[in-house]
Amino acid sequence: MEAVYLSFIFVLTIFLGFELISKVPSTLHTPLMSGSNAISGITLIGAMASLQTEIHGLSALLGTLAVALAAINVAGGYLVTDRMLEMFKKKETSSEGGDK
Amino acid sequence: MSLFINFSYIISAILFIFGLKMLGSPATARRGNQLSALGMLLAIVVTLLNAGLDYKWIILGILVGSAIGVYAAVKVEMTAMPEMVALFNGFGGLASLFLAWAEYHQFLMDKAELPEMPTFIAIVTFLSVLIGGVTFSGSMVAFGKLSGKITQKAVVFTGQHLVNGAILAAALLAAAVFCANPGSGFGYFLFIVIVLISLGFGVTSTIPIGGADMPVVISLLNSYSGLAACAAGFVISNKLLIVAGALVGASGIILTKIMCKAMNRSLANVLFSGFGSTTAKSSGQGAQGEVRPASTEDVYYILEAADSVVFVPGYGLAVAQAQHVVRELGELLEKNDTEVSYAIHPVAGRMPGHMNVLLAEANVPYDQLVEMDDINPRMDSVDVCVVIGANDVVNPAALNDKSSPIYGMPIIETHRARTVIVLKRSMNPGFAGIENALFFGDNTRMYFGDAKESIQALVAQFKNN
Repeated sequence: MEAVYLSFIFVLTIFLGFELISKVPSTLHTPLMSGSNAISGITLIGAMASLQTEIHGLSALLGTLAVALAAINVAGGYLVTDRMLEMFKKKETSSEGGDK
Repeated sequence: MSLFINFSYIISAILFIFGLKMLGSPATARRGNQLSALGMLLAIVVTLLNAGLDYKWIILGILVGSAIGVYAAVKVEMTAMPEMVALFNGFGGLASLFLAWAEYHQFLMDKAELPEMPTFIAIVTFLSVLIGGVTFSGSMVAFGKLSGKITQKAVVFTGQHLVNGAILAAALLAAAVFCANPGSGFGYFLFIVIVLISLGFGVTSTIPIGGADMPVVISLLNSYSGLAACAAGFVISNKLLIVAGALVGASGIILTKIMCKAMNRSLANVLFSGFGSTTAKSSGQGAQGEVRPASTEDVYYILEAADSVVFVPGYGLAVAQAQHVVRELGELLEKNDTEVSYAIHPVAGRMPGHMNVLLAEANVPYDQLVEMDDINPRMDSVDVCVVIGANDVVNPAALNDKSSPIYGMPIIETHRARTVIVLKRSMNPGFAGIENALFFGDNTRMYFGDAKESIQALVAQFKNN
């Protein structure tokens, strides 16, 4: 039953994702990709939860590596996206006097 | 406690969704990204509340990972964004692979106390490893191609499809046996085999794809990295992993679709045809004639007299790092009462939206960036189109030469402008090896040289006069 319930969430979210993303203008496609890099770093919380105290050696190693790799995505992804979006400015802030 | 954690995950999911929604406009995009980051922070903090966690490993992993991530994010050049995204896609895939592996190993070691592994878990473990592995090695190949560490050309050999098919069949066979008895030592052996096959498949399926098709590949790998997180979410039945992974998966699929449409090719054609590995021999005729070169002075007078100028940037702009001088020229033209805009083809550059980011970095306001579908209807009234380092995306053969390999691809119809100035190093054909009739057009002037130096020379002319 759990499988059905999880698949339900999956399918509905895919549709929601299609709706959301198709409204993103092409100007923002690169930030969208780096931002979704960051979101796919969500594996981080799964890897964190897997690192229980009674974990076996190899699992601890793999879990820690997963945490580190996902943390790269989360930290790097959000930061670089922010850096990029900061650069998207409207006209009046950048050109002096020469409007129209 | 677990109830509290799961409710907090719902809030995280809502923040992710609103964050993506706010990416719908450049004005709100930054806030949206911050909202999404807040959702991630919340998820991380509440996950720490889980009982019985071994904090030393978690802290070690987070510290090392975020240090690398922050360093990369601060250091990366905007021209290198495609490489960075490729690399991050790969890390995401590998993280999901490792998580599934860690869970599987833990399950085997604890087997004495647990019932047999359900088939559903075995299947999603397999999917997690397969998608994660392909994402990782595929992204590494994409990274190598983008950063020029390995050849940008499509690598094709005879029987390639057969090899790929055989690898995939082997993976599925191993998976079927693995899912039938995941709990045995033999099951573990098959698991390792599946890991290796997935890694190999990522390589063999990405090398036949050429440099200019990279926008499609990165989008697709982006999607895979989300789906890998999703599959890992199924393994540990974590709903937030499934929701976030599916959002990323959907995002990548949509981008892939947009890129394919902009090249008028099916995804299968991009993935399997090895486009660009063989130079097109068929399209020799038609695209011949006399080239009219122009000097800096000629170009200056043309631009000086123009009422409207449209810049059309391509990958060459990124290679020459010419975005800043182009903006400078644009501003000088505006002072000269010329209307300036930048027309960007969806597949210009090496990833979706690559040109937009470069121009934004150079302080070009985003309301001057126009899409292909908006500029084409009013192209006839444009005085001058300046094509910088773009080739196939402005090739009229896509509209009128049925024998051309790019026939049917939507292009920016610069040849309809009153005058076209093409900045180009030499007459070498573009990526697809296709002659471009635009260069021989009556209204076209070729301005040879390095894009950055050429534009600099023009800027100097404007300043002197």
